[in-house]
Amino acid sequence: MKGTEAFQELIPLIKDEPVVHANGFICRESFSLKDREANFYMIGSMGLASSIGLGVALCKPDKKVIIIDGDGNVLMAMGTLAMIAAEAPKNLIHVVIDNEVYESTGSQRSLSSKVRLEEVARSTGYKNVLRVEKREEIKAAFLKLKDSAGPNFLLIKVEPGFDPATGRVTHTPEEITDRFMQAIG
Amino acid sequence: MVVSVILTTGKGMNVSSLTSQSFIERLIQEDYEFFTGVPCSLLSGLIYELESQKEGIRYVPSVREDAAVGLCVGAYLAGTMPVLLMQNSGLGYCLNAFTSLSLIYKIPTLVIMSWRGKAGKDAPEHIIMGDIDQELLKTAGMEYSILSEENCEEVLKKAKQKICDEKLPYTLIIEKGLFDERH
Repeated sequence: MKGTEAFQELIPLIKDEPVVHANGFICRESFSLKDREANFYMIGSMGLASSIGLGVALCKPDKKVIIIDGDGNVLMAMGTLAMIAAEAPKNLIHVVIDNEVYESTGSQRSLSSKVRLEEVARSTGYKNVLRVEKREEIKAAFLKLKDSAGPNFLLIKVEPGFDPATGRVTHTPEEITDRFMQAIG
Repeated sequence: MVVSVILTTGKGMNVSSLTSQSFIERLIQEDYEFFTGVPCSLLSGLIYELESQKEGIRYVPSVREDAAVGLCVGAYLAGTMPVLLMQNSGLGYCLNAFTSLSLIYKIPTLVIMSWRGKAGKDAPEHIIMGDIDQELLKTAGMEYSILSEENCEEVLKKAKQKICDEKLPYTLIIEKGLFDERH
């Protein structure tokens, strides 16, 4: 499965939940497929989507909060997995699109071909952890995690193959802040 | 809520006393609700007070200062006013989080940063950062004040104005001896 296909499967499953996106192709795929006001596009600060999502989840306990992360981002901020597990917000779903490369910068290899990130999440103490490798598994896995008390972790293995023609986020960072805050109230 | 205590010094002058407890209570009174950070001995009294708070006030231990910036950003996006406590060594770790996240997204945070390495008198690992931390803040366009008992009210007012009106981070620099240490 290509990364794009994972997004095509995942995005329609998201209703009104706040979603925090990691930088690079994660932002661009999601933005191009379906822009939403409740999407926070983190265009820089690699590694911090998970801590931003944790902050939102802790301060909005009545909303399900989704992080869409990448393997490079998770590897950069593995300590944040421990923070999420320790704070244990029930309303947090951490989705990782794992293509085993830093695709936005020319597909240099990451470490996730050798290190199972879902096992790292499990051992830190995430409540429910699933790993899927086929497109048709995404829907059931995501809905199961959405309906179970978290923090939950979904690893989606994909092949590299990001289309460089995919658009970039056109909103300014300030606009992203304003509309996200309004959308989540 | 009483947040400062009037003491009479040996010289007979009245001064208001700044303690870890009174300062944290003052911050809570200013509507700061979400606290995170990486510890420093100079901030240990403050963190002890935060961990002693009851309802509504949360201190989340962060593993790194850049993760703490991310956490503060998330809290602010969710409508909660955040505070980040860290040693000045952490400024190096989180400078990019400020320049490529907080500052460009206009997401403010009150930063409480200890000043290790002041005037070159400290352990070797603190000397360089103790010398350059204020220059780094200035270069990044992040305003700051060195907190003291005397300027506390004025500085908190200025910080609130920067945070609420300009949506910028504001840093309070904490020198050794300003707050009690808990070991």
